[in-house]
Amino acid sequence: MSVSLRLVTKSLTNLLPRCVGASLPQQARGAAYYPINDKFYGLTEEQQKLREIAFNFFQKELAPFAKEIDKRDEFKDLRAFWKKMGDLGFLGITAEPDFGGTGGTYLDHCIIMEEISRAAGGVALSYGAHSNLCVNQITKNGTTAQKEQYLPKLCSGEHIGGLAMSETSAGSDVVSMKLRAEKKGDYYVLNGSKFWITNGSDANTLVVYAKTRSGIADKHAITAFIIETAWDGFSVAQKLDKLGMRGSSTCELVFQDLKVPVKNILGEEHKGVYVLMSGLDYERAVLAAGAVGLMQAAVDISFDYAHQRKQKGQIIGEYQLLQGKMADMYTTLSACRSYLYTVASACDNGERSSKDCAGVILYCAEKATKVALDAIQILGGNGYINDYPTGRIMRDAKLYEIGAGTSEIRRWLIGRQLNEEYK
Amino acid sequence: MSRVLVGVKRVIDYAVKVRVKPDKTGVVTEGVKHSMNPFDEIAVEEAIKLKEKKIATEVIAVSVGPTQSQEVIRTALAMGADRGVHVEVSGKDYDLLQPIHVSKILAKLALDEKADLVILGKQAIDDDSNQTAQMTAAVLDWPQGTFCNKVEKTDAGLTITREIDGGLEVIKTKIPAVLSADLRLNTPRYATLPNIMKAKKKPLKKITPKDLGVDTAPRIEVVSVEEPPVRQAGAVVPDVDTLVGKLKEGGHI
Repeated sequence: MSVSLRLVTKSLTNLLPRCVGASLPQQARGAAYYPINDKFYGLTEEQQKLREIAFNFFQKELAPFAKEIDKRDEFKDLRAFWKKMGDLGFLGITAEPDFGGTGGTYLDHCIIMEEISRAAGGVALSYGAHSNLCVNQITKNGTTAQKEQYLPKLCSGEHIGGLAMSETSAGSDVVSMKLRAEKKGDYYVLNGSKFWITNGSDANTLVVYAKTRSGIADKHAITAFIIETAWDGFSVAQKLDKLGMRGSSTCELVFQDLKVPVKNILGEEHKGVYVLMSGLDYERAVLAAGAVGLMQAAVDISFDYAHQRKQKGQIIGEYQLLQGKMADMYTTLSACRSYLYTVASACDNGERSSKDCAGVILYCAEKATKVALDAIQILGGNGYINDYPTGRIMRDAKLYEIGAGTSEIRRWLIGRQLNEEYK
Repeated sequence: MSRVLVGVKRVIDYAVKVRVKPDKTGVVTEGVKHSMNPFDEIAVEEAIKLKEKKIATEVIAVSVGPTQSQEVIRTALAMGADRGVHVEVSGKDYDLLQPIHVSKILAKLALDEKADLVILGKQAIDDDSNQTAQMTAAVLDWPQGTFCNKVEKTDAGLTITREIDGGLEVIKTKIPAVLSADLRLNTPRYATLPNIMKAKKKPLKKITPKDLGVDTAPRIEVVSVEEPPVRQAGAVVPDVDTLVGKLKEGGHI
């Protein structure tokens, strides 16, 4: 490897006195960054600039707090941080400018998701739930009136959004959901509960799926609604204590005689499954970027460490076993990123493929966990203690094998589609 | 006041570990991430703030350097500058370009563009010269306000709070003037995606030092560039007597 490619970089803490002047907590992660060659991936000049801004912003304003957020399972400056992201146009990245959005592409969204995950995986998950699951679903399926009512505040960061799909007994088999919505005049009345809902206790606006018909196949019985958490009948039963993605609230939500006006139906009545399924494709593509960002973070820290740490007078990264490990990590990350950008660009070009949306998150998620474990191994004893971020990265990465459909569901979906192609 | 000229230098990114070329003629720049000099970002932010306060009507971002310098001009345009001027200097000339050359270029541009204010970063994080603003003011024979911590417009001109060794110093200057931005002057904004798009359509003029009648012939020769010496490991001594003994032994006292 030539000297010029070895862009192992200095700790973030070094730059702060130099160009920000802000005081940051001492535990600011001793980050080093392995560069991403955007030109190699064919990103446009604007996308390169977007990455630069996202990188600078998240490394400066979020990464120094990632450790504390993980430890406390709480991000106390969440709302202020949301406003800053709103100012930058990150929250409504795929929403139309008429409603306060940025008018960007799914690939733009992936770049932001990658960079925020590189800084703090949990907050990134909350960002994904807000910007894709809520904002993008309303953008894609909402009426003009709904967009005018909900999008501006979600895009500015004044409001936080989420989406409620899963239930305790309806996870992978999501269409078997039990949350009932009964029509009474101009209203639907919701009764039941949802489980594992990202941003549950922070959200102001939620997209909620509920059963609106009975005695009929599940797929014709579901309707999507936009609800406000300030309405009577909504409550958070509990905030769940998670292995990773800490700092992103995950909750059980209870709906008790919650009245939703008919005008808040998202998409068509009884056709929520179409909203749900198309949404899941985009969700998987964007969340796959979360896995890639975590992988990048694992590479950032471990490659630098491997070139600093010496044993028996030799830099450990120059031992063959570690060279091989790093080569595998680099190749895996590059393959994942290539697949991700291909799928995201396809979504932008109207070539959405459910098989590949499931495929990209299936592959990236499992590889992210693997690469995070490799990073822990490179750091050895230090990888196993929580002074270093590798453990957090591994715990965060594992979520992507479970959330937005488990790896098993994704394989089933891809396999079923392959079978279909031979029928 | 109508026009503000801001200097933006493309430098090796602050987070990059700088490496000396094997032939010791300079540092490795190829394939290395570059970005706008952080102090210049502060200068751009200040100029845009003046425009937002309706004190300035136009902000012009200038960069002297190779073709890639246009990247930092685009960043300035995305932050809010109105147009850019790229003064192309490349190859050997750029390697040996000094503040004396840049200040003459900026001074000539300030006159040509009828600028009322020139704002520059106090220094660039690559060569750390801290000379360009002072020299530009000298060439123009304009007043200078260096290491600005706060800039306020008054009827007579500007009231500037400067960062000095002992604390802060307040001075008043007339306009036109040359200012240099210190760290705490402001917090630069991040460009947003829509503004990045808009920046692409803003005018960017390319000229050469020759067009301005400035001679950029090298005045120095680089003899050798070396890595800073590696710091030797320290040792813990048991008591003061041993310490004094060691210092004497080393000829330090």
